Amino acid sequence: MALLRSWLRKAAAAAVAGVAALALVQTAPVRADDAKEPIRIGSFLAVTGPASFLGDPELKTLQLYIARINKEGGVLGRPLKLIHYDAQHLAKKAVTFTRRLLEQDKVDLIIGGSTTGTTMAVIKLVERAQTPFISLAGASVIIDPVKKWVFKTPHTDRLAVRKIYTDMKKRGLTKIGLLSGPGGFDKSCAGNARKLAGKYGITIVADEMHGKGDTDMTPQLTRIKNTPGVQAFLYCGFGAPTSIVARNYKQLGMTIPHYQSHGSASMKFIKGAQGGAEGVRLPVAALLVADQLPDDNPQKKVALAYKQAYESAYDDAVSTFGGHAYDALMIAVDAIRRAGTTDKAKVRDAIERTKNYIGADGIYNMSPTDHLGLDEKSFVMVEVRDGTWKLLK
Amino acid sequence: MSGVLSEFLQFLFSGLTVGAIYGLIGLGFAVIYNASHVINFAQGEFVMIGGMATVFLMAAGLPMPLAVVLAIAGAALVGWLLARIGIETARGAGVVGLIIITIGASILLRGLAQVVWDRNFHPLPPISGDAPIHVFGATLLPQSLWIGAALIAIMAALRFFFDHTRTGKAMQAAAIDPLAAQLMGIDIRRLVRLSFVLSAALGALAGVLVAPITMTYANVGVMLGLKGFAAAIVGGLGNPLGAIAGGLVVGIAEAMTAGYLSSAWKDVVAFVIILFVLLFLPNGLFGRAEVHRA
Amino acid sequence: MSNQLLQRHGGLALLAAIIAAGPLFLDNGFHYNVAILAGLNAIVCIGLNLLIGHAGQISLGHAGFFALGAYASAILPERFGFHPLGALLTGALLVGLLAFAIARPILRLRGHYLAMATLGMGIIVSIVLDQKVDLTGGPDGMVVGDLTLFGQALRGNLAWYWLVGALLFVTTWMALNLVHSPVGRALKAVHGSELAAAAMGVDVFHYKVLVFVLSAVLAAIAGSLFAHYNGFVTPDEASFIHSIQLVTMVVLGGMASIAGSIVGAVALTLLPQLLADFHDYEMIVFGAILMGTMILLPTGVVPTLAARIRERLA
Repeated sequence: MALLRSWLRKAAAAAVAGVAALALVQTAPVRADDAKEPIRIGSFLAVTGPASFLGDPELKTLQLYIARINKEGGVLGRPLKLIHYDAQHLAKKAVTFTRRLLEQDKVDLIIGGSTTGTTMAVIKLVERAQTPFISLAGASVIIDPVKKWVFKTPHTDRLAVRKIYTDMKKRGLTKIGLLSGPGGFDKSCAGNARKLAGKYGITIVADEMHGKGDTDMTPQLTRIKNTPGVQAFLYCGFGAPTSIVARNYKQLGMTIPHYQSHGSASMKFIKGAQGGAEGVRLPVAALLVADQLPDDNPQKKVALAYKQAYESAYDDAVSTFGGHAYDALMIAVDAIRRAGTTDKAKVRDAIERTKNYIGADGIYNMSPTDHLGLDEKSFVMVEVRDGTWKLLK
Repeated sequence: MSGVLSEFLQFLFSGLTVGAIYGLIGLGFAVIYNASHVINFAQGEFVMIGGMATVFLMAAGLPMPLAVVLAIAGAALVGWLLARIGIETARGAGVVGLIIITIGASILLRGLAQVVWDRNFHPLPPISGDAPIHVFGATLLPQSLWIGAALIAIMAALRFFFDHTRTGKAMQAAAIDPLAAQLMGIDIRRLVRLSFVLSAALGALAGVLVAPITMTYANVGVMLGLKGFAAAIVGGLGNPLGAIAGGLVVGIAEAMTAGYLSSAWKDVVAFVIILFVLLFLPNGLFGRAEVHRA
Repeated sequence: MSNQLLQRHGGLALLAAIIAAGPLFLDNGFHYNVAILAGLNAIVCIGLNLLIGHAGQISLGHAGFFALGAYASAILPERFGFHPLGALLTGALLVGLLAFAIARPILRLRGHYLAMATLGMGIIVSIVLDQKVDLTGGPDGMVVGDLTLFGQALRGNLAWYWLVGALLFVTTWMALNLVHSPVGRALKAVHGSELAAAAMGVDVFHYKVLVFVLSAVLAAIAGSLFAHYNGFVTPDEASFIHSIQLVTMVVLGGMASIAGSIVGAVALTLLPQLLADFHDYEMIVFGAILMGTMILLPTGVVPTLAARIRERLA
């Protein structure tokens, strides 16, 4: 017993010494860099956790293309340096890391915020620090109302709901059951679903919600299934819960048409659903079905190039999330080049003037009143068949 | 009419399935408490280790049965280490100290899991497929039946262990009166270690059984552990079979709340139950008088 | 007697000196951020230590009080038009009332059962904050407006640093007075042996409730300030892990040691920053500290050091 205690004491002393050493190393003055001062791009993403199928490809994409750009000579003759943190889907971590990026790492701009929740949490910080921020999250509330320093590249939930309702109307589905989660994107998407239903002749006959961290949505789905007259089911969410919902849907033997949002636009959704995703319809950026696009589609070339580069670098299928990160990075780099400087205000103006920019996820036309710049043309309806995406005509 | 019945059955099946898991975890609490009067806050982490280790061993190429056995053995080893390093060396720590030590162990294990494995969600394949079984309009997963069968088997095994083996009887004796047991030559320290090993194995088994339904991830043990504790005290802390009954009570209460009230308050149910039992029914439904009251 | 007075005033003077000298060593906004957070944590810990160390109770749900204070400052001004100071005081008052209401039934429990009851309360608070989305913004949290003093919005790290530093000083002074007062002596008696204290006519229960409410109110005030400073609150402020972090700060620093609470708070607020590049290992380190402290240094860093120093001097 005494032997174990004394051994523990020694281990503890060593650990404390180790941490102290680490602390000293961290606060030591930074050794002088090479001649060229790098352009610092900060990022906080949901690399791990329930939203990891958003943040993981985003990080991989940023790393891949920053390395490429640097190999080709960098931007304005300077290399790009990516400073990134894993905030998961947690608003609290997003705030902490963004503060760090702005005050300690002194970044020139930020590309990040995989989820709506994490994005919304830091808007006050980036506006106060007057630093351009390109968000990778979905909800329309991020850019509507427009905020001076905040931009985004993914399609909004509003566009998604319009696309889904158009498809439902075409098929004569008028009574639907809605399920949404607690996330910012879920709430925004569900809110838009309720607001726009009337315009498409649709009635929401069941409106259910699930909680944070729920791993069993069968109670809500059971209630939807048993609602008289329900003709279709829509789930507003993103990340791991989308797979759980699909699995529960299959488990309950439900047969009504199953729709999800572009928060599920990743092979990980299909894999995690273990067969429950068959037949799900959702709107996605054309990137996911790039090889099924007609040749005269202006996006096809860029999308295929990104798909090829990503899939050969990583043993992973493309997702629209990685595409958002690609577009954000390229727009940012293009803006810096056009501005000729990394001065934050000038870069911000240049981003706002992005016109006809062909990205992997769409063609961007930004303006002082539109900090997204995408419309429905780059958004297509697909259906999951045989474990992969099929473009719906 | 059948709609109402099938809905009720659906919620009931859901409640029984998750309740059985809570029961297994609560059982682990009870076994450790009986031997050492320690509440092991790291109990949920044994569940996590069972699920996560199986996932990663299978990803490394091992067939599922072997992965499961190794995962449970690994968890048992962790349990033994916790007893040896955490509990036995903590002289002079007192009740508060022991609570803090097991909480620390829980955090440490979660941190290790995140680093050694990862922070993502992982499903496990169910034992016999996921084709739902239709019962009066409700659906039941085959996995739920396996969970129920495992529970019954374990209950039978434990009854045999406690009533018909020397070690089992020694553990019962130690629970009733540790001093007397020691005077009779029973090595309490060995029993404490054994109780941790047993609880860890039970927890890991629960983790393997439930992961196909709910997915497993590094932090899955936090809530499961707390709900398992609710199960244990509903049954009367120190009553292993009571813990299983307590688990079913908590599971069904949760499912009915989620089904008929709102799933938002589902998690609150377990904690309201904990508070209610602590304040008004300190011996739980089946336990002996244990709680100290001023 | 005079030795004790010197100890008390010497300690306070040292604290004041350290706080005053702080800005000389803090270089950028981020350093200030850590200092301010450490100060707020220290305020909570001093209160919590009175409960755990001096009164011998335990609370695994104190983050709940912190969060309630924080959300009062977020919700009342935003949705009900309160003045920020009014919201802070209202929050503190409501938390005090809540603590009083739950103290009576809960403090009759002891040991594990008290721990679990406080744990349950803390988690219920965090679930309510998560679920009442219309009121609280749900798991993604909500933005908090500025704290205004005399019509001026309190902005900027230096201003906050002085505010928190002053409050820490006041809290320490208050706690020292309490500990060396008849109430403090009663608490010590209770901690030593409840039975003996009761036999001596000490209203044991009354003091436990008093300290519980006091520590809850302190946590709520610190929570309100945190909300304004951070500009943002999430239900994580009430999480079990946050409650454990507070208990760890108390345990590491030293139970029943006010200086220990400050040291523990500073050390554990600083630690994640020092390990920032290794933030994957944060939980491992944290868990190891919890276990290691209780196994090897059960009385905590400051009391152990103080004892060693006293031994050497003797």
